[in-house]
Amino acid sequence: MNRVLLICAMLACAALSAAPAYAVRPDEMLRDPALEARAREVGKELRCLVCRNQSVDDSDADLAHDLRVLVRERIAAGDTNAEALQYIRARYGDYVLLRPPFQADTLLLWGGPALLLLAAAIAALLFYRGRRVAPVPKPLSAEEQRRLRLLLDGGTEPRATKLRGTER
Amino acid sequence: MIDEIGHFALVLALCIAALQASLPLLGAARRDAALTGFARPAAVAQFLFIAVAFFALMRAYAVSDFSLANVAANSHSAKPLLYKLTGVWSNHEGSMLLWVFILALFGAAVAVFGRNLPPALRARVLAVQAMIGVGFLLFILLTSNPFARLVPAPLDGNGLNPVLQDRGLAFHPPCLYLGYVGFSISFCFAIAALIEGRVDPAWARWVRPWTLAAWCALTVGIAMGSWWSYYTLGWGGWWYWDPVENASFMPWLIGTALLHSAIVVEKRDALKTWTILLAIITFSLSLIGTFLVRSGVLTSVHAFASDPARGTFILLLLGVATGGALLLFAIRAPSLAGGGLFAPISREGGLLLNNLLLATACATVLLGTLYPLFLDVVAQKKVSVGPPYFNATFVPIMVPLLVAMAVGPMLSWKRGDLLAALLRLKLAFLFMAAAALVTLAAMGIASIGAACGLALAAWLLGATIVEWTERVRLFSEPFPASLRRAWRLPRAAWGMTFAHAGMAVVVAGIAGSSAWSVERIETVRAGQSVELAGYTLALDDVNEVTRADHTALRADMRLLKNGREITAMHPEKRFYPVEGGTQTDVAIRTDLLSDFYAVLGDSDGKGGYVLRLYYNPLVPWIWLGAALMALGGLVSLSDRRHRVGAPARRARALAGAAAQPAE
Amino acid sequence: MTARRWPYLVPVAVFALMAAAFYGGLGIDATVLPSALIDEPAPQFDLPPLPGHEHGFTTEDLKGHVSLVNTFASWCAPCRAEHPVLNALAQRKRVPIYGIDYKDKEEAASAWLGELGDPYDRIGADSGRVGIDWGVYGVPETFVIDRAGRIRYKHVGPLSQQDVDRTILPLVAKLER
Repeated sequence: MNRVLLICAMLACAALSAAPAYAVRPDEMLRDPALEARAREVGKELRCLVCRNQSVDDSDADLAHDLRVLVRERIAAGDTNAEALQYIRARYGDYVLLRPPFQADTLLLWGGPALLLLAAAIAALLFYRGRRVAPVPKPLSAEEQRRLRLLLDGGTEPRATKLRGTER
Repeated sequence: MIDEIGHFALVLALCIAALQASLPLLGAARRDAALTGFARPAAVAQFLFIAVAFFALMRAYAVSDFSLANVAANSHSAKPLLYKLTGVWSNHEGSMLLWVFILALFGAAVAVFGRNLPPALRARVLAVQAMIGVGFLLFILLTSNPFARLVPAPLDGNGLNPVLQDRGLAFHPPCLYLGYVGFSISFCFAIAALIEGRVDPAWARWVRPWTLAAWCALTVGIAMGSWWSYYTLGWGGWWYWDPVENASFMPWLIGTALLHSAIVVEKRDALKTWTILLAIITFSLSLIGTFLVRSGVLTSVHAFASDPARGTFILLLLGVATGGALLLFAIRAPSLAGGGLFAPISREGGLLLNNLLLATACATVLLGTLYPLFLDVVAQKKVSVGPPYFNATFVPIMVPLLVAMAVGPMLSWKRGDLLAALLRLKLAFLFMAAAALVTLAAMGIASIGAACGLALAAWLLGATIVEWTERVRLFSEPFPASLRRAWRLPRAAWGMTFAHAGMAVVVAGIAGSSAWSVERIETVRAGQSVELAGYTLALDDVNEVTRADHTALRADMRLLKNGREITAMHPEKRFYPVEGGTQTDVAIRTDLLSDFYAVLGDSDGKGGYVLRLYYNPLVPWIWLGAALMALGGLVSLSDRRHRVGAPARRARALAGAAAQPAE
Repeated sequence: MTARRWPYLVPVAVFALMAAAFYGGLGIDATVLPSALIDEPAPQFDLPPLPGHEHGFTTEDLKGHVSLVNTFASWCAPCRAEHPVLNALAQRKRVPIYGIDYKDKEEAASAWLGELGDPYDRIGADSGRVGIDWGVYGVPETFVIDRAGRIRYKHVGPLSQQDVDRTILPLVAKLER
């Protein structure tokens, strides 16, 4: 129940999930187009924490607006993109970054795809190496040929002839 | 009264499903035709009962029967009829009912149209299908009953989320479910084959149409969802790598791999174990998706209200179905006989490469989607994996696949000549070079990314065309003879051509829209205009409009190019009083080559309005390409060869042989 | 035969791990974000007072004693639900409670406190910027600050009496030693 209330609070803060999109507002935008473009890039790398899976650049939430304004201040004050991101990350933790940082606990994440490709390549190698020549099957005996013909005819073995005709 | 009937019908369906899950299996093991024969009528009966329940719920929505808690929570008397009806699946309980409805629909379809299947196999397939049905019907009846009453009934309901009140979105869930849930049949075929201990080319032929049908539906469903989010959510994006989007994309990736590997089983009796595994994994991914969306384990824009009790039940279902299937696989698969040999460079080798790359791509998406959960459980650390990760890892895996996709069909079976194949692809190389040069010339050196993407698309399209011309011997035989060949081409061949061409179009759309989309955000007053990408958008007026269940701010705008008026555009911002939400209605003008996209924002209080404009070149090709792929799938599905069954006597065996020309 | 069998066990083994992770995940609240500032000094801030109050709220107020900092707003429903718990805690005069009025209208906040009671020793009116420095992403959130002015614990969401008795007060006692 508490969790539900908190979610309500967060959604009240956001513009509800029926999110209309007027995210970056003209009054937020920096006058210098190069700096504004950088601010947009940084905004795309930050997660809106009160939304469900949107970046700060895309979201209408008040918190997203505040963070966009803050990012623009930092960039206008001379921060690089990385420094602006670090500023927000220092306050909210790694979760706010949409691009997971390269560190010990994301080694498996970033290394995973390469490892998977390697595993696929090894599997293919083992597959091609490990196959033996298929043995040539012996010809069928007379009894086996008779059973084969019956199977092709009625779909059942002679043992169950009493039930022929109930299929199909 | 009808609601009670609906509820009771679900219970009856559960009973039938339980019988259907057990008796035919017994019958198939004992070769008892009466028990095996029970499967078909049971599957049809199960479907009919679930249909009764489903339409009972739909009727409750249509007449606004607020005595049902589900209707009260998700509908409102002022809603247009279309949204009342489609509101049935806009919520957890209703969509679960849709899920089992489609599950039973596919079961009934196999019962009715699966006449070409050997009875024992069909019985086993229907039995496994019923097992899944039992699991989900229990889930619905015990934890998510749409027929739960609300006493006293409220005078009116809570309404439907305005974002969902859209014609396009209304049909997205049924389409998606036809896909995801449809793959359950492939899963059942795989389990049936493992139980029988035999996978042969005939099995691959029988499983193919069902897999194709599900794949087509899923392709359309995903494309529809992507298109909807593009024109509704208002920031011009069409894919967010949201966990729920990923949950539908992963079965698509493995389903595509399955379609291709089944070809190898059918034509060369090889890769059997792998194909069985893929069939199990495809549906398992659907189940995992269902779990992720409904358990609250991941946050997502799409997730239904989360409930750990439901989550536990679904996890149990997942454990039994997937765990059981994979265990059965571990036990029985080693005894499946190995098949035909082939060289690494060959058609089969190409298909195997396709499979490995698709599986790796899917595993990457799975890793990215589940990693935050994994880290939280193991290390109590929260990390977030967003689009930058997926774009950085998924794309590099897909590129070699797209390159190989062009060469694969040119190789012969068993042992192919790579150099000869590449030489025959001269036209494709030409297309690729032309696309790259034209792009760089027209858009400048900064467009190198788009140039690569378009070059890749051109390569694939060129190769698809070359392959088709070779099949009809366009340049080696006189034209009428080629035309006759084209007419006689098996539909599966046309299907492949369309599907691969569709993929090329999608890649072009993605490359163009990612590289060349431009945006402009301005505050504009009535009478002013804005310029973007050579177009002028004039804002004439903004008015308030009142409609049945919402009020809207509607802008009257005209789109001009070189002074000539092209069209009027009317973006809106709507306010829904019942639900209390706001919704933007984006105005898009498309010429199928690009989109001009306008969003009306807030008023600045001084007579000006914020306008967000986008010019998105090649974006429509994403959905046109997907439609072409789905068309390819449908064309392939209509191939007569899918309806040829097991050869019975000499006469039928001859007819069968004639219908399977050597390729 | 057994040597050939082990690759076939890989899928079920991978699945078992995944299912275990899912099971673990069911017990976790995906919406609660832990604070990145635990054990860090509280940020520097100087917030103005609400109308009718003499003092605002600054970093200096945190030094020298253990305290609680609670973010609230008049537009926040769960804050209303937790308020009696804060009032009861304030009555006991066990630990000072400071308030940050987050992105609120001053008159609305004053009226709200007038109606529900004022458990705060100091209140600062924040337009949102100071909240960002604290890593606030929603209301209510409650922080436990030690003598040196470092953030030692963050509770996301409304405080229940149970949270206060079982977690907050024992921590306060520990920090006071």
